[in-house]
Amino acid sequence: MSESRETLPAHRAWMTVAQKVGTPIASVILAIGIGSVIMWASGYDPVAAFAALFKGSFGGPKQIGDTLLRSTPLILTGLSVAYGFRAGLFNIGAEGQLFMGGLVVAWLGVALTGLPWVVMVPLLVVAAMLAGAAWAFVPAILKARIGAHEVITTMMFTYIGRYIVSWLVVGPLKAPGQIPQTDALPIGSQLPRIQTLFSEATLEALPFLKLGRAHLGIVVAVIAALVVWFILKYTTLGYENRAVGFNPWASETGGISVQWTTVKALCISGALAGLAGAVEVMGVHHRIFDQFSSGFGFTGIAVALLAKNHPLGVIPAAILFGALSAGAGTMQLEAHVPQKIILIIQALVIFLVAAEEIVTWFIKRRQKEALSHVG
Amino acid sequence: MPVLELREITKVFPGVVANDRVSLVLERGEIVALLGENGAGKSTLMNVVYGLLSSDGGQVLVDDKPVKIKSPRQAIDLGIGMVHQHFMLVEPLTVTENIVLGREPGRFGVIDFTTAHKKVQEIATRYGLKVDPDARIMDLSVGMQQRVEILKALYQGARVLILDEPTAVLTPQEAKELFSVVRSLVDEGLSVVFITHKLEEVMSVSDRIIVMRDGRVVGETKPSETDDVGLARMMVGRDVVLSVEKGPSECAAEVLEVTDLHVKDDRGLEAVRGVSFTVCGGEIVALAGVSGNGQSELIEAIVGLRRPVGGRLMLKGVDITHASARVSIEAGVSHIPEDRHRRGLVLEFDLAENLILGDHRMPPYATRGIMHPSAVTATAEKRIADYDIRTPSWHVLASNLSGGNQQKVVVAREIGRNPELLVAAQPTRGLDVGAIEFVHRQILKERESGKAVLLVSLELEEVLSLADRILVIYEGRIVREFTAGEADEETLGYFMTGGGGTKLEDEGRTEHAEMAEGDA
Repeated sequence: MSESRETLPAHRAWMTVAQKVGTPIASVILAIGIGSVIMWASGYDPVAAFAALFKGSFGGPKQIGDTLLRSTPLILTGLSVAYGFRAGLFNIGAEGQLFMGGLVVAWLGVALTGLPWVVMVPLLVVAAMLAGAAWAFVPAILKARIGAHEVITTMMFTYIGRYIVSWLVVGPLKAPGQIPQTDALPIGSQLPRIQTLFSEATLEALPFLKLGRAHLGIVVAVIAALVVWFILKYTTLGYENRAVGFNPWASETGGISVQWTTVKALCISGALAGLAGAVEVMGVHHRIFDQFSSGFGFTGIAVALLAKNHPLGVIPAAILFGALSAGAGTMQLEAHVPQKIILIIQALVIFLVAAEEIVTWFIKRRQKEALSHVG
Repeated sequence: MPVLELREITKVFPGVVANDRVSLVLERGEIVALLGENGAGKSTLMNVVYGLLSSDGGQVLVDDKPVKIKSPRQAIDLGIGMVHQHFMLVEPLTVTENIVLGREPGRFGVIDFTTAHKKVQEIATRYGLKVDPDARIMDLSVGMQQRVEILKALYQGARVLILDEPTAVLTPQEAKELFSVVRSLVDEGLSVVFITHKLEEVMSVSDRIIVMRDGRVVGETKPSETDDVGLARMMVGRDVVLSVEKGPSECAAEVLEVTDLHVKDDRGLEAVRGVSFTVCGGEIVALAGVSGNGQSELIEAIVGLRRPVGGRLMLKGVDITHASARVSIEAGVSHIPEDRHRRGLVLEFDLAENLILGDHRMPPYATRGIMHPSAVTATAEKRIADYDIRTPSWHVLASNLSGGNQQKVVVAREIGRNPELLVAAQPTRGLDVGAIEFVHRQILKERESGKAVLLVSLELEEVLSLADRILVIYEGRIVREFTAGEADEETLGYFMTGGGGTKLEDEGRTEHAEMAEGDA
């Protein structure tokens, strides 16, 4: 018995890793399978469709660049939602915090023209994070003080944020011209494309660096993921965040202020969403307008779910969603499958991850059957 | 002919053999107690019999015929009923509705409630299980709900009834009633298996006792052939000291000084009404009282979880009246909370993380907000060894430990912190004798090393054996104080239930007397 007990940790560790990674992967595979059946039933060729989808998202450096471009804001909003979840908070309003981050960058990036790039970019990044945090602060205080549910309040603040932007781009911050948008950021406020950092010769020698529209924001996002991972694993801030997320009563008994932890968690979550808005403005659009985000804040919820709220898991999860959206066009063009089918697959992934119990149940049943055959 | 026989049942969980070739025979009309420590494999065995778990080997025989029980449904069809620790009743439905649920009399989907009523009444009268058939479950006491569970099993035609730790949730009075019900059931020819770790129950109700340890049957005996000490030895596998030995206490210095403390409860009513007492270093002071007389609020105020509305708390000369839980911990107050699942542990955290909760900001575990995993795990390993926490490693999640081991984790953390004052609330609730002995020894060790201990317990036996002084709390006031040896259970019980009301001194008396009159 003692021997069998000693083998437990290794076995457990393996089990937990397999379970953590296994279910999301199984969900994605299952979603692709069901998606194929839907395509086939609608008269499309699923093999050709997924081949085209893959080609459009990973077929070459330009396509990979496009996938990274679309993954960048999703990594950050995914981190935002995941960090909140780890404190037991559902920040459904990442979209609004993202708008605030983008707005501050679009404004300051133009207003402070003239500062050197090395000063400007960090300044804008910090300003955007503060803006995102500020936008989460009121819901956070309401939650901590009077228990107002963050799902309602952060969502309401999303509307407020979006409409403030809508007003500003037709009003005070409107750039000259017909289009409701702000002035373009000067080069000194932009995040450059990755391929512009290398000389022609280098790009010829290393063609995989021709990443098209992918910009430095992806580096920012990956660094953010590493920082969040470090915070959760190696700091008292992260320890308290997780403790409160799991059991606020025991945390309180252990001398952790649940209210203060809640405020910090939502503000950090907001800061990460604000950062997403910043990289999107600085790296892609170079200005803000009404439709500058295609719901990154909301897709971030799906990314966090798929990543099981693990900050490093957020990266592959965001890349998956980025790839689905990057390859959709090619799929429509080459396999003649309507782009909307991608939305179905995304929905299936979310549904299956959310309904993880179902997948786990399937796995357990198979194990049970295998066992009963042995017995 | 035995009604139920188990032959060499084996059940393996990943890494642990929960049942190792367990054999057991149950005759018609007998009560068998399945005794063992938490985690000995009793519940696993019975869950196999009830079809909730599949065995990895062995045979189950009902009426001498081998059967394969794959689901509770099959178990019920074979006449086996089980009442779990956590009841499986539909709260908003009535007693009758719950009992007939799944086997409703009637036709075409229309339930024949007249017949249902009659049948339930019939069974209730036959076995002397008085219960209002029209009451809603949520309006019933825990004891009554358990009765409904038993009735349900009988309605389904159970001839063998399995009770999983039936008294864990009951008051002593309810437990007594349960035992008389169980008696009348076996008189009617049923057979009962009841799972427990409480020695006195085993001695008083069972016909036969089967003792399990580490997944094996280690002995079988009868109440007439053994005693508490013998059973405890069988169960734990070594001699257990059931009584506590300790020398007289000396008050080294006052550690905790509570002066005229007033604390409100969650509803805003004053739960603690002017309590004053001191706890010295090297002394165990016990707070005895019936649950709900202000103990919880008093403790929460002392450990910083609740702000007092009046009075003063001093710890070694430092005012901690308005200290937060964090300040209170840092000032040297440790707290073994009443409810370990809710307040004591983060069940989803591993043991290392749990073992430093509350100390997690301080060196060596963290400096300037950065944690040091090697220091955390070193402490975890030391505490796991020092406090005999049975676990393969600190990687294990707290939720995977047995109740006794979970409590050891809390005790290890709170005492391991080396506090000035240890506040222990119901530190042995739900634990088996081995673990109780362990926790008691740790508390006494604290006393011997000159620390102050405030013990709150509903178990008078525990209060009497551990405490140097006993404060009786009633309706938010200390109504009486005893020194060790001065009181017995009866005296304490008398004052705990308000018997000493007239002996109250000072201004509290008149108010108290008025209240008593008001109640009458």
